[in-house]
Amino acid sequence: MTDRYETLAARLDERFGEQITRVASNCGELTYEVGKDDLIEVATALRNEAEFGFEMLIDVCGVDYLSYGSDEWNTSSATGTGFSRGVEREPVILDEADEFDPKRFAVVYHLLSLQHNIRMRLRVYTGTENPPIVASVVDIWNGANWFEREVFDLFGILFRGHPDLRRILTDYGFIGHPFRKDFPLIGTVEVSYDAEKGRVAYQPVSIESRTLVPRVIRDDNRYSADLKDASDG
Amino acid sequence: MAEIQNYTMNFGPQHPAAHGVLRLVLELDGEVIQKADPHVGLLHRGTEKLAESKPYNQSIGYMDRLDYVSMMCNEHGYVLAIEKLLGITVPLRAQYIRVMFDEITRILNHLMWLGAHGLDIGAMTMFLYCFREREDLMDCYEAVSGTRMHATYYRPGGVYRDLPETMPKYQESKFRSTREVERLNSIRDGSLLDFIEAFTDKFPGCVDEYETLLTDNRIWKQRTVNIGVVTPERAMQLGFTGPMLRGSGVEWDLRKKQPYEVYDQIDFDIPVGVNGDCYDRYLVRVEEFRQSNRIIKQCVDWLRANPGPVMVDDHKVVAPTRVEMKDDMESLIHHFKLFTEGYCVPAGEAYAAVEHPKGEFGVYLVSDGANKPYRVKIRAPGFAHLSAMAEMVEGHMLADVVAVIGTQDIVFGEVDR
Repeated sequence: MTDRYETLAARLDERFGEQITRVASNCGELTYEVGKDDLIEVATALRNEAEFGFEMLIDVCGVDYLSYGSDEWNTSSATGTGFSRGVEREPVILDEADEFDPKRFAVVYHLLSLQHNIRMRLRVYTGTENPPIVASVVDIWNGANWFEREVFDLFGILFRGHPDLRRILTDYGFIGHPFRKDFPLIGTVEVSYDAEKGRVAYQPVSIESRTLVPRVIRDDNRYSADLKDASDG
Repeated sequence: MAEIQNYTMNFGPQHPAAHGVLRLVLELDGEVIQKADPHVGLLHRGTEKLAESKPYNQSIGYMDRLDYVSMMCNEHGYVLAIEKLLGITVPLRAQYIRVMFDEITRILNHLMWLGAHGLDIGAMTMFLYCFREREDLMDCYEAVSGTRMHATYYRPGGVYRDLPETMPKYQESKFRSTREVERLNSIRDGSLLDFIEAFTDKFPGCVDEYETLLTDNRIWKQRTVNIGVVTPERAMQLGFTGPMLRGSGVEWDLRKKQPYEVYDQIDFDIPVGVNGDCYDRYLVRVEEFRQSNRIIKQCVDWLRANPGPVMVDDHKVVAPTRVEMKDDMESLIHHFKLFTEGYCVPAGEAYAAVEHPKGEFGVYLVSDGANKPYRVKIRAPGFAHLSAMAEMVEGHMLADVVAVIGTQDIVFGEVDR
């Protein structure tokens, strides 16, 4: 299994050179990062050239790296207070920035080659533009249509050349992109039936969300390479 | 001459043949579909976003509610992704139990599909037949997990508990006579494995019954043959997986090609279709009944002969037993930490896929080393299939839309997530 992946990796490096960079994986998967200008060229080659033959696009997934690696409770030293359940959150302001961090949004493509029985992953960062935009791969893999609509709906990433970029999962007339990390889990509007007006009415959410389990990042030493070697030996 | 124009029709979301909450906007020329525009998302619950706000184990229950007719297969995809990131290997017995329940789930799913698909296009009896067998399999779910549907049985590190020695029994009530209760309980005297074995002995006969009703049925064939034809090239291009891909003649099954758990130890065949129409996909799924039955039989034999642990012995991930907690301080601490905070998963990303009854069900997990996932992406097979709906129904009659929805085996829990 790993041999075949290494062979493929060598071929990819040879064919695309500077255009793609490999990302290390700790579970034997093949991940490459592609510049957003090279996406279409690389994707077309991956599908059409016989030595790669990725005829299937399994998934397109948006990722918002805004709060990657941040925790809600520092666990590096003992505290006398613990984590309070009634933590007051900073009010969330939807991102209106002119420029994003270049590595904030990414679109991840999962490819599958049936003939070679092999998988790989491509990641494209959308850069600093607001709204973020990447080229659509619908013409290369027709199945990307709805997947890209979903990424647009949930993350607000635009796809250049998509034939029909509409919202897909959220409600008609929904405002915002709910899977962005700065969009509150509880949402922004609540809906109820107004008996006086005789219709369904929307209003801003009136309940505050609470964190029940704080997000913590613990450095679990079991996974560190030094310790593993020591215990094996 | 009268002027004839195309007209637009709304189908669903409250329509019994829409399999849940599908809204279709159809442009018709007479009775022929010119354009179809499916509107989905009416059942969108933001499962992936919810999962980001909870420790890993608390989201297993949400997975059951994705494709709510094949619950354990969804869990399987999710726990496999976590296990891949954690780098743990599940005990062999747990792997066999998972394979057995995956196949039970496949039968459950296909029974639901066959019943509903039959009902949609005019075979009422099928529904009754299918639900008769489905009930027995629901009892298997209940025996291992305590619930008939939303099991939360698979856990990272194994399965929640070993197979029970006794089956739950029916009790007499004003709706159930003594004789009826005796009949129902007569096959429930032994262990769960006895019950499953009895089921596998009986089930091929049931599949024969379904086939007598449908396979050569003139009406069934008129409604399915040459309807919704997909060529193998288009099927790959559109991202089809599972029976939808195999129905078009592409031999692709993750259980064979990229075996997970113990599928490489088990003997079974992969049926493929020839024409890629609704009828071939029906035949593929019916054959999968028989193959799943074969797999379950092999698992039962193995599980009888090989007792052992069903969870890894790693209390950083799996809670210690209550007995251990009584007199071991460390176990108590582990238990407390696991249930208040959960475990931290090393930073990285993983994609794990299983051959779900509907196709490839994948979970893409991004972790930043915290006790909650940073991003969970669920790759639902139904989503890719439904996106091809417009193409599949174009040029067909209005009544064939129902046949195509049926053959795609759409469940909105997973399409909308």
